[in-house]
Amino acid sequence: MLYPELADKPVVTIMGASAQELYDLGHRENFFYLQHAMGLASSIGLGLALHLPHEKVVVLDGDGSVLMNLGTLATLARYRPRNLVCVIFDNGSLLSTGGFDSHTASGITDLAAMARAAGIQQVAAVDSVLAFGEAAVEAFGRDDLSVIVAKVAAVGPNHYGMDLHLPENAFRFKRWIAGRKSPVPRETS
Amino acid sequence: MSVSYENSKAVFQGIKDAGITSLSALPETWLGLLLQQADRDPDMRLIQVAKEEEAIGIAAGAYFAGERHILLMQNHGFLAAINGVVSLAMLYSIPLCMLIALRGHWGEPYPWHTRGGIVTEGVLRALNVPFEYARSPKEVGRQIREAWTLSQSSLSPVALLLTRDLMEEQL
Repeated sequence: MLYPELADKPVVTIMGASAQELYDLGHRENFFYLQHAMGLASSIGLGLALHLPHEKVVVLDGDGSVLMNLGTLATLARYRPRNLVCVIFDNGSLLSTGGFDSHTASGITDLAAMARAAGIQQVAAVDSVLAFGEAAVEAFGRDDLSVIVAKVAAVGPNHYGMDLHLPENAFRFKRWIAGRKSPVPRETS
Repeated sequence: MSVSYENSKAVFQGIKDAGITSLSALPETWLGLLLQQADRDPDMRLIQVAKEEEAIGIAAGAYFAGERHILLMQNHGFLAAINGVVSLAMLYSIPLCMLIALRGHWGEPYPWHTRGGIVTEGVLRALNVPFEYARSPKEVGRQIREAWTLSQSSLSPVALLLTRDLMEEQL
């Protein structure tokens, strides 16, 4: 459902099911798959958003990853990039490492509440496809930092593999971004 | 023991002269005066993080965006950021130009800094991160420029260690 909105925006996704599913939907040069350094997807998104004011930046994050870098919620709130949408897929587990429950399973830890308490104003918590769709439309339409915490089932793809080397992904992602910028007009005289 | 205002200015000027327009940092005592200057400078974007590892991600985003960006942190912060350095920057060939305050080293009176100070160089060597020592306000501008250049040409993390000689007022 989200895929069409991602076609023309810099997208950073975490590893595991998120990366594989996005890749399988159809890889694009504007997708960066963070296959390691858990927790840093939102920080990369913040760095992109602050320095690319004319782009809408999307981060596809996970509960396990966000729990690894909780300070990010405060840093995001402080700098409040208006052009950043962070989706946190909360499946209550560390799925691709064997499906252990994360702290958000059974409703113990509430990431949406943590995001609000960190100072992020636009936080939506959803647990149905319909609600997610509505929240996404609002998030992409508004000019403010938006976080959507989406409760999802802990299921993933039945295979993992991409025909894309990691540095290759980084090089091509950077070139895609560079290609988006309008050329600086040459000065004459 | 107080931080040298003049030398902090020299470091900040060196950062500006290298064409840097964006900084990520977690403030610490030796960086305080230079971060104040960054904060007051309308041509410098300063992003303060809650934990140093965030700065690795932010720096990667800045790099992808084509921005000239430098990271500032204490050496303990570098220790806290290691997985980001290895599994984001090195893994994806993303350059990082890091100015790292070297606490717990020669002349350190505070016990709590000393373990970090003693292991910092060994960790940098173990990670194959090129590093140099900034000891003089006359040289630091050139060193910052050279650290930047190497980070970009090698697509790797590079560290300039800000020493006590540079950052503290010499009595």
